[in-house]
Amino acid sequence: MILFTLRRFLGFAATLLVAALVIFWLLDLLPGDPAQFILGINATPDSVARLRVQMGLDVPAPERFVSWVWGMLQGDFGMSYTQRAPVAELIWARLAVTLPLSIFAMVISIVVGLPLGILAARRRGKLLDTAIMVTAQTGVAIPNFWFGMLLTLVFAVGLRWLPPGGFTPWNEDGWASLRGLILPSLALALPQASILARVMRTALVDVTGQDYIRTARAKGLTMGEAVWRHGVRNALLPVLTILGLQFAYLVAGTIIVENVFYLPGLGRLIYTAISERDLILVRGATIILIVTVTATMLLTDIAYALVDPRLRERSTP
Amino acid sequence: MKRLLSHPSLVIGLVATLLFLAIGLLSLVWTPYPIAQIDIPRRFLAPSAAHWLGTDNLGRDMLSLIMAGTWTSFLVAAVAMAIGVGVGVPLGLAAAAWGGPVEWLVLRLTDFVFAFPAVIAAILITTLIGPGAVNAIVAIGIFNIPVFARVARGGALSIATLDFVAAGRLAGLGNMLIAWRHLLPNVMSLIIVQGTIQMSLGILSEAGLSYIGLGTQPPETSLGLMLKDAQSVFLIHPWLTMVPGLCIVLIVIALNIAGDGLRDAIDPRLRQGNPNVLA
Repeated sequence: MILFTLRRFLGFAATLLVAALVIFWLLDLLPGDPAQFILGINATPDSVARLRVQMGLDVPAPERFVSWVWGMLQGDFGMSYTQRAPVAELIWARLAVTLPLSIFAMVISIVVGLPLGILAARRRGKLLDTAIMVTAQTGVAIPNFWFGMLLTLVFAVGLRWLPPGGFTPWNEDGWASLRGLILPSLALALPQASILARVMRTALVDVTGQDYIRTARAKGLTMGEAVWRHGVRNALLPVLTILGLQFAYLVAGTIIVENVFYLPGLGRLIYTAISERDLILVRGATIILIVTVTATMLLTDIAYALVDPRLRERSTP
Repeated sequence: MKRLLSHPSLVIGLVATLLFLAIGLLSLVWTPYPIAQIDIPRRFLAPSAAHWLGTDNLGRDMLSLIMAGTWTSFLVAAVAMAIGVGVGVPLGLAAAAWGGPVEWLVLRLTDFVFAFPAVIAAILITTLIGPGAVNAIVAIGIFNIPVFARVARGGALSIATLDFVAAGRLAGLGNMLIAWRHLLPNVMSLIIVQGTIQMSLGILSEAGLSYIGLGTQPPETSLGLMLKDAQSVFLIHPWLTMVPGLCIVLIVIALNIAGDGLRDAIDPRLRQGNPNVLA
């Protein structure tokens, strides 16, 4: 198990290093000199050269890459050109919206999706099963941001239960912040819950045909008990993989959905950074997103191996 | 063919998909009004005989926009899928045919690309070359590559151990020919099924990227861009979001139903755990 974790962790580190290299190289290719951009077109060549030295742009690229990665390892992501603040601080402030949003959406999709999937599998071929699966089929097809618009129309404009958008910082009024995140997390959770319900149903149907369920039945358990005690636990394995992938895409999905609700999340930070050509900020924010995605996959792999010992021995994935 | 057509979900999904595709294709030669025709006095009109789906915030005819937008959505998703198939399938087959270090490299590459969800790729590309429909195509295409590579490798692995492949090797076929003559035809059906799934995901992703301004740019139009345009007025004029949104949902459902039907038709074994054809 230790060996397995170690190997996975090395893979994780390697992925991040290559990703950092790709991002650094791509953004280094960009036309235009950031120093020139900050000072405007009327700047003297002298002052541009001075700023380049100050920003460390005169150092060769490989050296800049190493110092960038080294800085990040110590929590220093550099200074944003345009906002004159440390990139780490800017990103951290935005993650206070993006991360809770993804986590709420994840929790909602699990709480809604898994029971529905189990219910559909238990009533396989019945009307309830068909109804749940048709709903799930539709849920997968609805763009989350459009669903967000519909939710706003119903719950914010029509019923006036919740705010249509905007965000109150956590330290001002925690309850108001929470209320502001309800509709966005529902919007994000719908497609995910639909996928989870379908995966859970398929997994449980597969498992129900296995010998150990028959053994459990022979021991005298009712079908419900057998499925609950032996089936669900085994069916959770494929569901776990999907969950890992889903969290990664939820984090990316918040970037789109936060637009509907005017939330100050990571996405809006990135758009402004792109339009103002604040490359250090774009670089820092993308690497944070990639770290989140990759770390989630690493944790899923490890969790998977903890649950299913058979996987630890296999050398090739 | 007859066997394929006996699957109701396949027929329904395919007919609906082709219908939308036909509407999109029609927009290339004819739309009721030019899509760039801005007519401010005629904005926010309700559906009428002159404008079947009403007009938008700039007085443009919604039906014309929907037709052109549907075409953009299909085009972006299809080209992105072609990128995924064109690069991913050879990679996956190579991994299965050569094995060893080639397989290791392909697997690590797919792992790596999975770390770049389409949104992140689109952000990087937009920073590099500015926004546009091409970004959406490339970003979604990159994301499609590992998906098809995994599907092709998985399908090919189960065939690579069969006798006829061994016979091919005895007859002196190299890895390249094995992959081309024996593996590819046998994974084709898997690729087609995955293709419909990636088409529907592509249409959803295009909508998302255009909605946040990283995809299609005006004066071109797409279903996602229509939602972006409607964003600032949707609380007062919800109709403007209903039309393109429902259109996306219907296209995606059509593609998904077609894909599920296709999977059932091609491989009846997969159906056993799944008697509900709609699911």
